[in-house]
Amino acid sequence: MILTLLIALLFVGGLLAWFSERINPAWPRWVALAVLTLELLLMLSLLGAAPEDGWLAAYNHAWLPRFGIALHFAADGFALLLLLLTAFLGIVAVGSAWSEINYRSGFFYFNLLWTLAGVVGVFTALDLFLFFFFWEVMLIPMYFIIAIWGHENKFHAAKKFFIFTQVSGLIMLVSIVVLAWFHYLQFGFFSFAYQDLLNVGMNRNMEMWVMLGFFIGFATKLPSVPFHNWLPDAHSQAPSAGSIILAGVLLKTGAYGLVRFAVPLFPTAAAEFAPVAMTLAAVSILYCAKVAFAQADFKRLIAYTSVSHMGFVTLGVYAWNELALQGAVMTMLAHGLSSAALFMLAGALQHRIHTRNMLEMGGFWGRAPRMSAVALFFSIAALGMPGLGNFVGEFLALLGAFQANQVLTIVSAFGLIFASVYSLWVIQKVFHGKYSDKAFDGSHLLDLDNREMAYYGAMMAGLVWMGVYPQSFLDLSAPALQSLLEGQAGNVAIGALRP
Amino acid sequence: MLDLIWLLPTFPLLGFLILALTEGKLARGPAGWIGAGSVGLSFAVAALAAVSFLQSGIESHTVPIWTWMSVAGFNPGVNLYLDGLSLVMILVITGVGFLIHVYSTGYMADDPDFSRFFCYMNLFVFAMLLLVLGDNLLLLYLGWEGVGLCSYLLIGFWYDDPYNGYAARKAFVVTRVGDTAMAIGLFLLFAQLGTLNIQDMLHAAEAEWAVGSTLPAITALLLLGGAVGKSAQLPLQTWLPDAMAGPTPISALIHAATMVTAGVYLIARTHTLFELAPDIQSLVAWVGLITLLMAGFTAMTQNDIKRILAYSTVSQIGYMFLGLGVGAWSGAIFHLMTHAFFKALLFLGAGAVILSLHHEQDIFRMGAKRKQLPVGFLCFLIGGLALTAFPYTSGYFSKDEILIAALEVEGQGLWLWLGGVIGAFFTGIYTFRLFFVVFFGESRGHHDATEVKGLNIAVPLFILMALSLFGGWIPVPLDAVFSHGAEHEEHHISAFMHGVMIALPLIGIGISYLFYGSGALSVEKLMSLPASRALHRFWNSGWGMDRLYDLLFVNPFLFLARVNAKDIVDAFYDMLAAISRAGHLLIVRTQTGYLRWYALSMAAGLVALIAVGVLL
Repeated sequence: MILTLLIALLFVGGLLAWFSERINPAWPRWVALAVLTLELLLMLSLLGAAPEDGWLAAYNHAWLPRFGIALHFAADGFALLLLLLTAFLGIVAVGSAWSEINYRSGFFYFNLLWTLAGVVGVFTALDLFLFFFFWEVMLIPMYFIIAIWGHENKFHAAKKFFIFTQVSGLIMLVSIVVLAWFHYLQFGFFSFAYQDLLNVGMNRNMEMWVMLGFFIGFATKLPSVPFHNWLPDAHSQAPSAGSIILAGVLLKTGAYGLVRFAVPLFPTAAAEFAPVAMTLAAVSILYCAKVAFAQADFKRLIAYTSVSHMGFVTLGVYAWNELALQGAVMTMLAHGLSSAALFMLAGALQHRIHTRNMLEMGGFWGRAPRMSAVALFFSIAALGMPGLGNFVGEFLALLGAFQANQVLTIVSAFGLIFASVYSLWVIQKVFHGKYSDKAFDGSHLLDLDNREMAYYGAMMAGLVWMGVYPQSFLDLSAPALQSLLEGQAGNVAIGALRP
Repeated sequence: MLDLIWLLPTFPLLGFLILALTEGKLARGPAGWIGAGSVGLSFAVAALAAVSFLQSGIESHTVPIWTWMSVAGFNPGVNLYLDGLSLVMILVITGVGFLIHVYSTGYMADDPDFSRFFCYMNLFVFAMLLLVLGDNLLLLYLGWEGVGLCSYLLIGFWYDDPYNGYAARKAFVVTRVGDTAMAIGLFLLFAQLGTLNIQDMLHAAEAEWAVGSTLPAITALLLLGGAVGKSAQLPLQTWLPDAMAGPTPISALIHAATMVTAGVYLIARTHTLFELAPDIQSLVAWVGLITLLMAGFTAMTQNDIKRILAYSTVSQIGYMFLGLGVGAWSGAIFHLMTHAFFKALLFLGAGAVILSLHHEQDIFRMGAKRKQLPVGFLCFLIGGLALTAFPYTSGYFSKDEILIAALEVEGQGLWLWLGGVIGAFFTGIYTFRLFFVVFFGESRGHHDATEVKGLNIAVPLFILMALSLFGGWIPVPLDAVFSHGAEHEEHHISAFMHGVMIALPLIGIGISYLFYGSGALSVEKLMSLPASRALHRFWNSGWGMDRLYDLLFVNPFLFLARVNAKDIVDAFYDMLAAISRAGHLLIVRTQTGYLRWYALSMAAGLVALIAVGVLL
């Protein structure tokens, strides 16, 4: 019940935010903040829940019984972690938009909350039709956020985002329908229920094709090379709040989909496909790190590093053992915080000096020491400094992946070197070096204020927590991941390869 | 008492947190007290721990703090492990570290970022202590990366100058190459032995792996990769000379006494693994030997006082690697300790000289400074003698142990010994070249300089002088750690060989004197010999390694980054977009709005359909 409440609250809250603008344009942000805080509290209340059939909360109600479609929501520890991340980053996004978004603020917060409603739906839907419904719900409000409140090239970016995700989503829809059709052929009735579809048997070729449909849908969202090109444009053009949600949350829906659906539904095909997926992961890690280094646009650079870091998630997922999966989950959480914080910083800089071009920046440390120290912290988190969450995630992912595929793991590990190259380059370009404000009005380069510091401080605390005592998170996701792995027991274990 | 060693890293961590959270708003006085005081407290704990450890007579003591993570049988803890080896290390780190912190309160007194400096310094000491106290390789790796981060932050401390930033990034990235090798080593060790706890892992390795088999060789090689990066040995030594861009106390603490010796510590800590891989162990010796000779050549051609010392550090760590490679485990650690004393002394002395001469670092713009800078003179005299292994100084004992052990290696022993002795000869030359040029001859600049004053600068220097002179008599409790090494055998070495070992450095000093002290020999004449200019340039550039790496790695990477800044994959999607746009424009043409066109095309279509129907 609580899960439907979570979703309904976001939908209703979004409408409320929209209409409250008519009374007072400052109200929508308060509505959004209140709704998201309530969301976070509701989700936290699930932490103590006793699991039932492995689910901490579930809701199941028939919707279109003729086709076996139900309103089936359920959350295990893995989903709950991502839900918490979603609500937390939602609050951060509101904070980032607080003073940045003044134009049609009601409609903005409506879109923000509806996107998040889609995300919450995706993380909890256990009916594939329902899942696809929410997959689309995420997309359209985000399109508006980019297209209306974006920067200089926003229409191009919004269209590109829409076409990439829509086309890949449709490919996935075909796969879902085919899968349901095979279920009908095999069992004589339609069902879109996850648990039913897990039992569908297909011949080898068919399984591969259907699996690929899912993979393309998720790999585009994740994103993985070669489906990543929507992301740099969308990120650099979106307002900071949009970038935060995109990088912090939306990308994770792709990763979640891989773990929940793309591998468990098609164990044999996934096992066969694993070397390809892991190769794509390694290419993503190295190639996008290299491209990131060459960017002069601050947000574009972070966007490419996101693709690079998400490569570790793909690598971990297709290694398909507990170490690697836990690594993938930790990377999702930690990258959610670190990339959101970096996008927020880039947005804060752009808000102050009206440029994202790093070649026009330099020596900001003397002017804005707080901002510089915060940027340093998150850059260092991103390059995988032990003691912070990203390290735990990437190390576990690599440690697990090494047991599945040594060569690709070693290749991917070189991403650690590249990450240090681009992360330190950002610090050098923006915060170190000689200060010059020829290209912008230096009087607006103010340091972070206390309200902003509160957001960054919360994210820093989160990363330190994940880095120093990751067990709080690992324990929550462990039962969920173990049961996903056990579902595979009878099949070819991907990660069984040992020297 | 031993259970309280968790306090060791806690004090500097608290210092770091206080200095970081006050955002530099603290006055110099309290900031200095917190910065130096926290390390002083750690030293007190270390000293007490040493006393109770040695009294108790136990071999090791583990203090578990918490389980860091626990996933599928992988459960590294945040556990501190104290044995003779880590005891020596914590005493060096907190002891020498404390002296350097005190010195820094004087050296950095006028810096506007005083508080930030101590903030980073405290973080460094914290990370370094975790590195040597961690009971598992993951915690060691945390410290390992942490000290690398602090090294980066402190090399680039004066961030205004882009060169400092470059040097800092170079240090971080080059060592990260080694770190990545080490990380892969950890993956392999865990996959094979199922644990990263150092002692368990070593026991398992001994039980499961045969001497000379492939797996220990590969893992030892990967760990060696990490070690050569951190300890600036061939082929990853290129970052250390540039790291001198940082403030001089940093060079003393991080780039001489502690962090750069982490590689030596790592190999000593996992020595069982290297004993299982004799080929890799002898590779360690040869890496050390070649590095120490190459760095020795280069040190003779440098003019920057700090760069001379930097190459000297590379060279001395080469001796430690040589010691590790020939199985003189405690000799290597002993040299690590004495080197920490005399090299910290030399760097801090150099700092005093540099500060007195208004940030002058070119030794050929100094000259005859012994009267003006008496304390600096004394530092370089004592530190220099210890560095050249002058009999009965601290460096003499430790270098002796290594070279004697090298001679005893079967087969290659004589070569390793000879190389080491020649290196000692170079050491004499370059050390006293610096000494004579700076303090003797005629004054070539800064004629009216006066020495910096202050107890916080002088006292640490005098303590380090005493340690450099007499540190060789400090007993190191390493026998239990390396019990099955070659330590207990009686060393047999002929008087002649021993004489050569003592004499060669002295001859080196003599040659330096003839060139730079008395002027009996002329450098100009030497330089006018054929090819000597080219050779000088080659050595001066550090054997052209920087250029080689630029050519092989840096430039190709920059080139690829530049040509593909727009991401070639995007071109594919742009092409798709262009094609569909072209198709769109093509079909738009048919929408002319003329009714007769539409009628005609409908009729034509109808005819075509009927034709198809009839024909089929």
